[in-house]
Amino acid sequence: MEGSGALLGRPESYTVHLANFEGPLDLLLHLIRRAEINIYDIPIAQITEQYLEIIQDLSTVDIDRASEFLVMAATLLDIKSRMLLPRPPRITEELPEEEPQDPREELVRQLVAYSQYREAAEALRELEQKMARIYTRGFFCEEVQGPPPLQGLTLEDLVRAFQEVLREEWNWREVPREEIPLREKVREISFLLSRSPGGLRFRELFTRGGSRREVVVTFLALLELIRQRRAVAVQERLFGEIWIRPAGSEPEGAISAGVQGEDQTEGGAGELPAER
Amino acid sequence: MIWKHGTAILEAILLASPEPLTIRRIAEVMGLEEREARILMEDLRKQYDQPGRGLCIREMAGGYVLTTRPEYAEYVERLLQPKSRGLSHAALETLAIIAYRQPITKPEIEAIRGVKVDRVVEMLLERRLIREVGRKDAPGRPVLYGTTQEFLQYFGLRDLSELPPVSLDTSDAGLILKRREGEERSSRVG
Repeated sequence: MEGSGALLGRPESYTVHLANFEGPLDLLLHLIRRAEINIYDIPIAQITEQYLEIIQDLSTVDIDRASEFLVMAATLLDIKSRMLLPRPPRITEELPEEEPQDPREELVRQLVAYSQYREAAEALRELEQKMARIYTRGFFCEEVQGPPPLQGLTLEDLVRAFQEVLREEWNWREVPREEIPLREKVREISFLLSRSPGGLRFRELFTRGGSRREVVVTFLALLELIRQRRAVAVQERLFGEIWIRPAGSEPEGAISAGVQGEDQTEGGAGELPAER
Repeated sequence: MIWKHGTAILEAILLASPEPLTIRRIAEVMGLEEREARILMEDLRKQYDQPGRGLCIREMAGGYVLTTRPEYAEYVERLLQPKSRGLSHAALETLAIIAYRQPITKPEIEAIRGVKVDRVVEMLLERRLIREVGRKDAPGRPVLYGTTQEFLQYFGLRDLSELPPVSLDTSDAGLILKRREGEERSSRVG
């Protein structure tokens, strides 16, 4: 392919997939590089022709990207037409030393800047690859580790169970507004959990009489503990009892807790009671 | 205690630290002068430079980190089976622009790349490789973005001055883009 004479204006039958380009500048650079031409002296007619040919099929890219390619097409055509225009005769009164501006100038500047950042991106890629061979204790691990916080059930299941609690065994009574801080509740539940390594039944958390507000706060506190990975909700079989367990108490948890731990949450559930 | 076990203590806290450990922090923790902490660090680094070790101490993001040696990457990979988490081409391009031009706004990045960058910027923010560093005193007060400590760690840089030198001088006349070997756009890379 190399030697077959990439004559300008006679593009070889490359198969170029628009979706493979980051954008119009990427495509243009590709065309320029392919033709091995000086970026400061782009034969704009040929490049425009090739560009238009390639973007004929815009169906492979989404509409936003398509519009980006189209804007560039318009720019190219504009430059091309301005190149064709005869230069206005120089009027002697005007500043004679002023160079007639090349219509390509702005585009060239953009292309050069872009290609330089691409170079920079490649340099970063090399660093990235170098760093990929180096492991630390894992402070850069963004991936959440540990067992999935909801085992065998979905959030919906949890909500449904909560709705049942609300519907069933409650005699609602209106109590003067009482403040139950979420934090307090989180502590309470984690305290309970720390004393029941086997876990608590979901319902157990709610069987103590209380206001609707308290039930809600309890549920929120539970969600919060799960989110913080200090507790896990487990449902062993379909429609079975939902168990709330302290994180790390079940076998799978014990394995991965050793690797990553819970460095995001300050202290495990176990140490909370000491605060009180 | 400190002098007898200095390097051992340093080694211990280096392993335990969740982030690059700065000399200042080492001095604080060990109750030393920074000068002394630096000496200890040099001693420990020399110990780690000996052959036959699987770890080494690297300076990055303004601190020191205990890392595995790249020569043994293959085995660590077998152990951890890391998902390839390399950044996409678009992400790297955007990141490069932000790194070399920070602080910079989204429209400015878009002007350079010629495409919208909302999603990429979002992703970079999520991965904490960039952050909002302020707002530009311009119409609409657009958000300015800059790189983070995590960025430095990700690329193993001590600080921004260690960014690979790239000629970003647009006056560099006569730039001819060479066609690169094997560059056929038939398959998607990023």
